[in-house]
Amino acid sequence: MAVASTDTAIRSSNWSRMLIYLVLLLFALFYLLPFGIMLVNSLKPLEEITGGNMVALPRTWTIEPWLSAWSTAQIGVEPTGLRPYFINSIMMAVPAVLLSTIVGALNGYVLTKWQFRGSTIVFGLLLFSCFIPFQIVLIPMARILGLLQIAGTTPGLVLVHFVYGIGFTTLYFRNYYAAFPTELVRAAQIDGAGFFQIFRRILLPSSGPIIAVSFIWQFTNIWNDFLFGASFASGGSAPMTVALNNLVNSSTGVREYNVHFAGAIMAAGPTLLVYIVAGRYFVRGLMAGSVKG
Amino acid sequence: MGFLDIRNVTKSYGSVEVLHQVDIEVQEGEFLVLVGPSGCGKSTLLNMIAGLEGITGGEIAIRDKVVNGVHPSKRNIAMVFQSYALYPNMTVAQNITFGLEMHGIPKPDREKAMASVAGLLQIGDLLGRKPGQLSGGQRQRVAMGRALVRDPDVFLFDEPLSNLDAKLRVDMRTEIKKLHQKLGTTIVYVTHDQIEAMTLSTRIAVMYDGYVQQLGTPKDIYDSPANLFVATFMGSPAMNVLPSKLVERDGALHVLVSDSDGRELALRVENAPASYAAYKDREVLLGIRPEAITDPDGADRNARNVRPMTNTVGVTEPAGADTFVTMALSGKDCIARMRADAEVHPGQPFDFAVNMDKAVLFDPKTEDRIA
Repeated sequence: MAVASTDTAIRSSNWSRMLIYLVLLLFALFYLLPFGIMLVNSLKPLEEITGGNMVALPRTWTIEPWLSAWSTAQIGVEPTGLRPYFINSIMMAVPAVLLSTIVGALNGYVLTKWQFRGSTIVFGLLLFSCFIPFQIVLIPMARILGLLQIAGTTPGLVLVHFVYGIGFTTLYFRNYYAAFPTELVRAAQIDGAGFFQIFRRILLPSSGPIIAVSFIWQFTNIWNDFLFGASFASGGSAPMTVALNNLVNSSTGVREYNVHFAGAIMAAGPTLLVYIVAGRYFVRGLMAGSVKG
Repeated sequence: MGFLDIRNVTKSYGSVEVLHQVDIEVQEGEFLVLVGPSGCGKSTLLNMIAGLEGITGGEIAIRDKVVNGVHPSKRNIAMVFQSYALYPNMTVAQNITFGLEMHGIPKPDREKAMASVAGLLQIGDLLGRKPGQLSGGQRQRVAMGRALVRDPDVFLFDEPLSNLDAKLRVDMRTEIKKLHQKLGTTIVYVTHDQIEAMTLSTRIAVMYDGYVQQLGTPKDIYDSPANLFVATFMGSPAMNVLPSKLVERDGALHVLVSDSDGRELALRVENAPASYAAYKDREVLLGIRPEAITDPDGADRNARNVRPMTNTVGVTEPAGADTFVTMALSGKDCIARMRADAEVHPGQPFDFAVNMDKAVLFDPKTEDRIA
């Protein structure tokens, strides 16, 4: 046959490509299923859930469970809803994320660009802190919080998460800055920039991706933490996770599943939001170092 | 006393000394090139002048002021890095003026200084761009602009051309030389490329193994290399080094080598330095550059002592401007540089002309030049 074939390799792979997407779509739906069921059940009256079918869409749509979970549901002994605890979590997570990221960035900067005798040992010890199980530090931490007289308060939780986060944030920033050309720092030194000026004017503007990684990682961990919250914060200063537990476990009489679902989504909301907003930087930041941007 | 004095400077890392007693005096307006293979200590020395590395022993003075322990920014130096080290988040204009800003120079003065540098380097239309949007040559210019704008006492260049492609490298080389002639600044320039060293410098320090092997003008270094290392490192193709014997015949000194068939060839030496006498009837190494072995018509007309030599041609390599001929001499490959259209044929005997004015002898033991 003299006729040139248009059936190139790229064309013929279209079918297999579609198959791949189809499989991926199925898996995506499968992973979305639990969230979908939570959402659906948080929007129906309790009778529809207790009546049997959890998977079906609501016959009567209602946002009543959401309002109840937010402001009137019984948390422990108080009918306050989750709102004050949501605020607690914000008050805890935001400062702890910011502080641990800033300190981690400074640590990474010093450990790569201002190395001193024993700096690798310091880094090793910081790295080691990433592998210490939470449970081990509970008692010493309780003692320190007691000494500082911030036991059972939100600032106490900020301190706990800040200190616990430094190991991870230092690891991220150190590895990121290790790939950052040292000649730039030297050039800035010759130009007369000081320690903090170099950090702020040269390194920080190039640190976007790794800041995003640090933010997402820290925020997700701190927001989702239950153990420290349950151990070091009591009553009114408990974070969202502890309050959600109290909501689910302390309802007297009928278990309001729809309210529980709504509360659970509220508790998961901020971490989802952070990931959706900064997620694309997350992958980029984790890849950084292997490929120069 | 020079403009930049390096006095008996040493550098050690722990117990390992990597620079030994370096002593160089650089005059104002000089273009000093530090050249040597990697690991010879040239970049370390440059970083010590810049203040990026500490000085273990000795002292460095700029304008008679000892700068040991002085912060890099207070030495009034500027440096161009191999990678250019342009700040990626700043525009070209911000890159150039960053140093001035850090030194607290008011904005109108900064802009005036930048405008003059931008004019000088013809980068006026790049000022708003980020380094990532520039080509290699443009980045190189910006890096030089950043150094120039400070109006420093000494410019330090750390292999600034090695990241460019071959053609651009030659262009930028000329550019740097022009700039030096125009501004008359004092420059210390590090390179591993001996051609860059020869073309740019007013003086060269050839370094190897932490020692300055020879310090001199490009002509000194090329024509009278202090030792075998300098002789073979500088020049391309490298100098031919042939085992030979120094003898006296008919009242004149001759260097004996053997041709490709092992027959003896005697090359007469004229105006021999007195020191040659001590090496009479001893083994020596004859060093002769490829361009000193030519076809008879291509020989240097000003040379006083051109000796004929017949030998079998091994390989010919026409390189456009020249034809390189490889032959066996004293059992070694010896390269000769002929005119492009010289009639040489592999395997045929040919009458070469050897310019013995340019020949140098080395002591085989110490590897130093016999002078």
